Amino acid sequence: MVPGGFFFPRYYVPMPSLFPVLDPAGAIGLAERGLMLHAVEFMLIVAIPVYTLLFFFAYKYRVGNKKAKYAPDVEHGKLEELVWWVVPLEIVLVLGALTWGSTHQLDPKRALEGGPPLQVQVVALDWKWLFIYPQEGIATVNYLVMPVDKPVRFSITADAPMNSFWIPQLGGQIYAMTGMATELNLVANEPGVYKGAGANYSGDGFAKMKFVASAVAPEDFDAWVAGIKAATSTLSYEVYKELARPTIDAAPAYFAQVEPGLFDTVMMQFMDSVKGSAPHGADAHSY
Amino acid sequence: MNFFGILTFKDFIHGPIETVPQLMIVLGALGVVALLTYFKRWGWLYREWLTTVDHKKIAVMYFILAGIMLVRGMVDAGMMRLQQAISVPGSEGYLSPDHYAQIFTAHGVIMIFFVAMPFMFALINLATPLLLGARDVAYPFLNSLSFWLTAAGAVLINLSLVVGEFAATGWLAYPPLSGLEFSPGVGVDYYIWALQVAGVGTLLAGINFLVTIIKMRAPGMTLMKMPVFAWTTLASMILVIFAFPILTVTLGLLSLDRIAGMHFFTTDLGGSAMLYVNLIWAWGHPEVYILILPAFGIFSELVPVFARKKLFGYTSMVVATMAIAVLSFVVWVHHFFTMGAGANVNAFFGIMTMVIAIPTGVKVFNWLFTMFRGRITFATPMLWFMGFLTTFILGGMTGVLMSIPGVDFQFHNSLFLVAHFHNMIIGGVLFGFFAGFAYWFPKLFGFKLSEVWGKRAFWCWFWGFLVAFMPLYALGIMGATRRLNVVDPAWQPLFIVAGVGLCIIGIGVLMQAVQMYVSIRDRKNNPAGSDPWENGRTLEWSISSPPPAYNFASIPVVHTRDPYFMYKEGGGTGGMTLAKPHDEIEMPASTPMGFIIAIVATVFGFAVIWHIWWLAALALVGIAACVVARSFETDIEKPVRI
Repeated sequence: MVPGGFFFPRYYVPMPSLFPVLDPAGAIGLAERGLMLHAVEFMLIVAIPVYTLLFFFAYKYRVGNKKAKYAPDVEHGKLEELVWWVVPLEIVLVLGALTWGSTHQLDPKRALEGGPPLQVQVVALDWKWLFIYPQEGIATVNYLVMPVDKPVRFSITADAPMNSFWIPQLGGQIYAMTGMATELNLVANEPGVYKGAGANYSGDGFAKMKFVASAVAPEDFDAWVAGIKAATSTLSYEVYKELARPTIDAAPAYFAQVEPGLFDTVMMQFMDSVKGSAPHGADAHSY
Repeated sequence: MNFFGILTFKDFIHGPIETVPQLMIVLGALGVVALLTYFKRWGWLYREWLTTVDHKKIAVMYFILAGIMLVRGMVDAGMMRLQQAISVPGSEGYLSPDHYAQIFTAHGVIMIFFVAMPFMFALINLATPLLLGARDVAYPFLNSLSFWLTAAGAVLINLSLVVGEFAATGWLAYPPLSGLEFSPGVGVDYYIWALQVAGVGTLLAGINFLVTIIKMRAPGMTLMKMPVFAWTTLASMILVIFAFPILTVTLGLLSLDRIAGMHFFTTDLGGSAMLYVNLIWAWGHPEVYILILPAFGIFSELVPVFARKKLFGYTSMVVATMAIAVLSFVVWVHHFFTMGAGANVNAFFGIMTMVIAIPTGVKVFNWLFTMFRGRITFATPMLWFMGFLTTFILGGMTGVLMSIPGVDFQFHNSLFLVAHFHNMIIGGVLFGFFAGFAYWFPKLFGFKLSEVWGKRAFWCWFWGFLVAFMPLYALGIMGATRRLNVVDPAWQPLFIVAGVGLCIIGIGVLMQAVQMYVSIRDRKNNPAGSDPWENGRTLEWSISSPPPAYNFASIPVVHTRDPYFMYKEGGGTGGMTLAKPHDEIEMPASTPMGFIIAIVATVFGFAVIWHIWWLAALALVGIAACVVARSFETDIEKPVRI
């Protein structure tokens, strides 16, 4: 799938990063990478001595080296053992503090600074991603556009097997599950086109369940929304059911209008009846 | 009601690629039958193996099961690697998405349940009674039943190649994908019942060895004089007893969802897939420690032997082992930080996970300081230890890395994660078990393994592992998720490198086969003697190799740790005391009941999979009848003259 055409902004040439996890384009991804590198530094405090001792001892105390000291009856040492209970403990204390703080800091549910977020409702389908923009009243399939530097609040559900919503360059993933919404707050601080994927195996079309996330200047975003709204296609519940049928490698698509409350309807179809055996739609979200 | 349930002739007809293993299994089975008949070995097979309750022979059968299934699991791995190496968009490889999914599911299930677990129970069976100075396990019949139920599970999983299909869901079969709506075929049912049958066997084995360690130690061997392997096995068996019932219940509920139209794990009518994910990992995480703890125990036995020095920090080792066992039950959420739990929950489980690194680190330092001021010989078992530590530290680091929820969000479900757990299970568990195999093989069979071929195999496994899995770490950072049947062209070179690594591992396996052949061929020239490593410290080295059926003619009275070493040091006075043996020993008598129950259990599993309800009911009654019949048997011991 080559991004392009009128409805897909081509202001930025896609430059897929080879190591997206190490090449973040947003505050969350940046913080997660920083955390990762920090943790590695702390762990090297233990790992380097262990590797050194392992190879040094193996070499020095080999059976052929008669000059080395031999102390076959030493079976413990209070000081030594204290050191290797306490030093890892200290490191874990530091890492633990780092974990407690960072886990709250990077809680996917936590709203980001930078004004009211763009709301995007995500539905993982077999095998495509549906993005509903409730404020704009539009929807897209397998591509996502967002203004640069504006926080985005994703509400994520599934109408298919469990999946996981992941845009590596913007930050970590969160599961998409039926009958409920998980939340993920991300922001893109650099304009660009980023790869997104489903990360949790969901069946035959899983490997091709990719999407692109494009971060554009705010005015370009507005122009893009206006362009889509000028079209006529509507995502009603009936059209949605058609869309939700399993397809592999679905082409990007867009809808100029979305039935209000569609996201809740999709979630609630699991709540009040056996899926598929009772009428759904308008009454489903008025429980 | 249909006489054959939902089984039809069509279920035997497969596509061209699936037909190959189907024929191989059928022809293989026929070949074994033909060989046994030609060489007139049926009676031998029945008397010596099918009905045996001797823990050493059961160990051999576990080894064979694990070896056969290792080959199957590696063929699956090879098929996956080949698919990923040649399938970029536009060239979809040679496997359909569904077949590919069945293969990665089977690979995971087989490697954990039918390679790692049998391999572990082989070593536990072989070593525990000998280390404790016992003549057999606490419940010898149960031991035979445990093995045969595990084998029955393996038969069911292989039967899925012959008739029907296997699960295409991933090795833990998360719903709703594993539910009836998305997996209407029998694949998931094969998965469920293969694991249910094998799982019962595992649970019984757990109880058996727990009781053996608690009740069957030689007089004088207090808990704190027990070899560390017995401690780690004790911890592992406690975990089995607590964890496996969770698996049984979880799979039982999944089965009710599929068979009886219930909704435990489907979102309709209030069920929740999150419940399943929590339950399966409440078993799944302890399972990791069930496997690794005995491997730690093996290293704690062999490092002192090859460093010619006492184990450093015995008490620390014991405390660390038990700490790991307890902690292993409070970390399961780290397998799904991405499910959306609150920050407090995620942070708690993340920190608990890191805490496990402390006792694990203590063990590593104790091994290192056992080497310190020792006289180290690098025989094959010690090489496996070196390989283990080299790779395990890396795996431990990536593990701690992923225990931080904020980092895990970026690595979860990626090939970085896949690299991490292979790092732990190959570099940790498997290298440990290979070390144990090389270490105790001479004891079990009475002749030494070829060191030359053992070392060659080790180096292939070691470098093969690195070449196969280091690229996966990189691919994870490149954004590659697991379970892809079509990959990004930019990733293809590293997938090819990983495939080369797998080939090197494959050569390692081949060398292990050569090692086996050469060692058996030259067995007359390489008798093990009672103490083949010349520096044996524990009780198993005090008896002949192979040990007599009753192990110890006279049960030693133990005074210290490393009793046999102290006994040798003291010129036959320290460490332990040997009484004059009796002329006659009561040993458990062979019984076919374990084998029979397992066959009926296989039939039961098959009947439920295919909804052949009359047969399932009949089989269930059959199992109950066997159990009742066995409980009335009073003549379960036979005298053995020394």
